[in-house]
Amino acid sequence: MKHQLDFEKPIIELQNKLDELRKHPETHSLGVSFDEEIKQIEKKLEETRRQIFSNLTAWQRVQLARHPKRPYTLDYLARTFTEFHELHGDRLFAEDRAVVGGFARLGDHKVMVIGTQKGRDTKENILRNFGSAHPEGYRKALRLMRLADKFGLPIIALIDTAGAYPGIGAEERHIAEAIAVNLREMTLLETPIIAAVIGEGGSGGALGIGVADRVLILENAYYSVISPEGCAAILWKERSAAAKAAEALRITAKDLFELKLVDEIIPEPLGGAHTDPKQAAEILRQHLLTNLEQLRALPVAERLKLRYEKYRACGPFLEKPLTASEKAAAPRKSSKRAAAPAATMA
Amino acid sequence: MNVSPQPNPPVPSPPTPLPLLPPVSFAKKPVPPDPSEPAVTPPPKDNPTTFVKKPKMAGKPRKREIPEGLWTKCPKCSTMLFDKELDENLKVCSQCQYHFPIGSRERIHSLVETCTFEEMDAQMTSVDALGFTGVATYTSKLEAYQRSTGLKDAVVTGICRIGEHRAALGVMDFGFLGGSMGSVVGEKLTRLIERATEKGLPLIIISTSGGARMYEGMFSLMQMAKTSAALAYHAKARLPYFSILTHPTTAGVMASYATLGDLILAEPGAMIGFAGPRVIKDTTQAELPPGFQTAEFLLERGLIDAIVPRNELKERLITYLGYVTAGRNCSSGLAKS
Repeated sequence: MKHQLDFEKPIIELQNKLDELRKHPETHSLGVSFDEEIKQIEKKLEETRRQIFSNLTAWQRVQLARHPKRPYTLDYLARTFTEFHELHGDRLFAEDRAVVGGFARLGDHKVMVIGTQKGRDTKENILRNFGSAHPEGYRKALRLMRLADKFGLPIIALIDTAGAYPGIGAEERHIAEAIAVNLREMTLLETPIIAAVIGEGGSGGALGIGVADRVLILENAYYSVISPEGCAAILWKERSAAAKAAEALRITAKDLFELKLVDEIIPEPLGGAHTDPKQAAEILRQHLLTNLEQLRALPVAERLKLRYEKYRACGPFLEKPLTASEKAAAPRKSSKRAAAPAATMA
Repeated sequence: MNVSPQPNPPVPSPPTPLPLLPPVSFAKKPVPPDPSEPAVTPPPKDNPTTFVKKPKMAGKPRKREIPEGLWTKCPKCSTMLFDKELDENLKVCSQCQYHFPIGSRERIHSLVETCTFEEMDAQMTSVDALGFTGVATYTSKLEAYQRSTGLKDAVVTGICRIGEHRAALGVMDFGFLGGSMGSVVGEKLTRLIERATEKGLPLIIISTSGGARMYEGMFSLMQMAKTSAALAYHAKARLPYFSILTHPTTAGVMASYATLGDLILAEPGAMIGFAGPRVIKDTTQAELPPGFQTAEFLLERGLIDAIVPRNELKERLITYLGYVTAGRNCSSGLAKS
């Protein structure tokens, strides 16, 4: 099996053994039954999986989020949603294939879906620019979101990008401005917005379609201000310190939920979304539907107020510097983590 | 127009040939290697031809601040500038108009009417919410920068008067952790914007920043959304916002409030962009066009309304404020408080 991560190896080995045993009676019709062994291995496989996946490090989760077999936006569009009618272009310059968008049906709801899209192979990756959008992608997203707002369709944003594209053309056509305008305009859209980070949440490139009433994140996805490699290159002066940086930046779903930076963690099938894309899509559907129904029940003014307050409350600070005695009394690192959001109220 | 660029224009003299000039050229003469010595041995100290070699100068690391506190060398035109005059000229080179970096306090002083700046949230400080330990801890970094700059964080905000206009003014300081935007920068600016919206005041933010502050992780990224959301309501109230980009303004700050101005102004020669030039080069493997990511480059490509030299900024702001408040007289904020 191609594309296996180091820590997935024990699982894949067991899986291969199991497959072999299962095939055995068919190839050698000796009448020997391996049922006992199969059961044992199945049990062991389940155990190993649970063991490995309950203790993933931040860096391992980053690797899972980037897993080349992980379901992408279009995979979810095919499974989580029942219809998808893609709409193209920013009406200004070009059609950016790193962002897909269009009408879709989620349960009984007609919605607008926007998402960043990576490619599965080299050819598709060139078309999709490896999931890194140009300014046109963000402007197309805004055009479609305004369209949705005009006709009262809720917006679902699926985020999976390493970041906005750092290229010459992107700079010449003002990618920063495109993202900034999205941040401002999404604040005021009257229709409900749900954002879900399904893989990589790469900094401004992710936030550019990610201002929402509810921000959900898949269990093994990450959302970060800078890529772990970028952070490692700046602070540790070597990209190989990425694992350390991933830990320090606190970018996993669990960390972000604890810090109240995301609203909900969407569980993935054991072993990661790529081991059972069908189930992953179904879980996502349930979570989107629940949130959408809750949001639809709110009056517009209330929803906009809550959306504003949600971002307004982000970020701890002190109104005054601590005095020497307060500093001495300040809790050490571990408990400080838990206490952090409370400092907002200080 | 036709000012001679030569530092010492020749004094008019009778058109006699120059008989006094000895036929000596100071150009480096090819010194034939002494056959008795191996080529690698340096000439002895008392060698009369030492003027041809300059190993001492070349080997020295180039330092900009020469004697401390009196003179500064312009990095662009190499003119030696008297520090006092440089300060009086708002840190702009009098010869080539190179804009030196300027601190937030000096900047505010240069723009607002005397004694009209009422600072907001002067004591607000950052918290190490993530328990961030890289090579150094975030807390130790903060303390070091607070000591060296005398600032609490990378932005100073307040309400002031510029000309006859009351305005909300936020000025970033690159000296504090590269002007990076963490929760304090986001919070102070958001409060400033909200105050402006509430009091019906025009807003001016002068940016200089390397982007979002890594040490605060996702909290920093969320400041982009927070400030932009506050600006959405400021704009909805039809209040003017001017964003002024100074050297350098990049990344997260560019992708939020810095590019949301009704007017976007920039200082000459400022480096302005989203991604860093090295990242772009590494990603695209392409040569960057000349002048890439400068204020002038971005004006040509349609992002910037005008490039304004530092010593004209105050005048221009007053003029622009006059236009944008002409329709509904925004400066009635004057009467309100």
